[in-house]
Amino acid sequence: MQDRGRSVVRWVDRRIGRTNGLLMGAVPILLLVLLYLFFAAERHAINPADKILPLPGAMVDAMRALVLERDPLSGRYLFWADTLASLQRLGLGLAISTASALLVGLVLGLLPPVRATFGMLVTGIAVIPPIALLPILFIAFGLGETAKVALIVIGIAPFMIRDIAAHTAELPREQIVKAQTLGASTWQLMLRVVLPQAMPRLFQAVRLALGPAWVFLISAEAIAADIGLGYRIFLVRRYLAMDVILPYVAWIAILAALTDILLAWSSRRLFGWAHRSAA
Amino acid sequence: MSSFLSLRDVWVEYGDKIVLERVNLEIDEGAFVSIIGPSGAGKSSLLRVVLGQDAPSRGRIELDGMPLEPQCDSNRGVVFQRYSVFPHMTVLENTLFGLECAQAPFTARLFGAARRAAVAEAKDMLHAVGLGDNGSLYPAQMSGGMQQRLALAQALVKRPRILLLDEPFGALDPGIRSDMHRLITDLWNAYSLTVIMVTHDIGEAFSLGNRVLTLDKLRHDPHAPNRYGASVVYDLPLTRKDPPRGAAELPAARSTRKGKNNSITIDKIDNT
Repeated sequence: MQDRGRSVVRWVDRRIGRTNGLLMGAVPILLLVLLYLFFAAERHAINPADKILPLPGAMVDAMRALVLERDPLSGRYLFWADTLASLQRLGLGLAISTASALLVGLVLGLLPPVRATFGMLVTGIAVIPPIALLPILFIAFGLGETAKVALIVIGIAPFMIRDIAAHTAELPREQIVKAQTLGASTWQLMLRVVLPQAMPRLFQAVRLALGPAWVFLISAEAIAADIGLGYRIFLVRRYLAMDVILPYVAWIAILAALTDILLAWSSRRLFGWAHRSAA
Repeated sequence: MSSFLSLRDVWVEYGDKIVLERVNLEIDEGAFVSIIGPSGAGKSSLLRVVLGQDAPSRGRIELDGMPLEPQCDSNRGVVFQRYSVFPHMTVLENTLFGLECAQAPFTARLFGAARRAAVAEAKDMLHAVGLGDNGSLYPAQMSGGMQQRLALAQALVKRPRILLLDEPFGALDPGIRSDMHRLITDLWNAYSLTVIMVTHDIGEAFSLGNRVLTLDKLRHDPHAPNRYGASVVYDLPLTRKDPPRGAAELPAARSTRKGKNNSITIDKIDNT
């Protein structure tokens, strides 16, 4: 009785090691893959020409043409050209959003007059559904790259700004007062006290913004583009080419996950002070 | 005629709520003033007004005969109960920060010879508070007592004219607290500081200070608790046993500062 009582560890108290964590994390993914293969095989048993759930072999064949062979029309390796175009748009959108989140967010959070003047405007912009602005962007900027990048920026910058502003405003008042008693001007306060403490939060905000950023990127590409991951997916949809769509979606997932891991890792490396309490 | 720090008819009001009323105080240079009183009696408000974080709604505050701006500056150093140090800077960087602000208005960073000089000064200060070997630690890696030592070093490296302490030892263990009491007494002597300390701990107020102020409401209206503010109800100058009894009557017999300072005993408590 006592033995059993000791061996039952409550779920909230269980510790999972690194290896076990990886193994356990792999289980649901493998199950999903198996489930897919099972259904795909079942459909192909009935109809060998089924396009809805392609078998892995079909996907490899379809992707080989896109990854390894030049497109006869444009002379490009389509898969890589799509990836490059999408990442460029995404990177530019994220960079502009991050920079503006930092600049506007800090000022908004630290300086009450600025918050009073622009706080409502930022909140107002943040609640507009960005996709509703897409037509305006296409009309204003044409169908080129600018409109797509602008959609990403409009989609994610406002909430990143609000996040940084809120975080800045939450800095203990004592710190601000203390810095002033040490002779710091507003500029010095911003540069040495507020900015460095906002950086880990900024990384966090970028990680959270990655999901919406991809949504806006794919939406913009779906509507008006001639290259890009989103463009390709929506293009081949017309031919029910699931053998291309599924690998593309998986590739997007891998890219997004890698970015997220990279950001988390750099935040821990760069701002050890902010992560130490968790360790 | 005017003393080092003087408050003349100072009122602090937040909307309808009167926190402090008619506070008149003269504080001598080199005094160690403890402020005690029940919660909500405006101890921290008084400190904030002297610090410049809040402006008094009425009255004047003068430092050396010059009116004090209601804005924090390096005349007045402060140590709060918590959040007094910057979590993203190491101990040394925390201490350097004040020096860097003064010498590098744009970058707030020093380089080369100026930095070496500032680092030497900061290290001296860290030695004085007993953190000489901890320069590369971050505040999160230190105990509460060490963080308060750092907060003191950070403030004192700027040589403030007044050091304001807002329950600086309130969150510390009793053992650590008595270490800190010794430290603050030593620093008070070594740097000839003028200290104003708000505390909940009456023992601490009497053992550290050479003058104890008690804040409380003089009048109370049970139907309108915010109608009347607190003021100084007791102003107790403390002296050691050694000097003649008459010295106790003077608000601050500061000539005794040079003597041995390890034990301050209460000679007489008189409600003036």
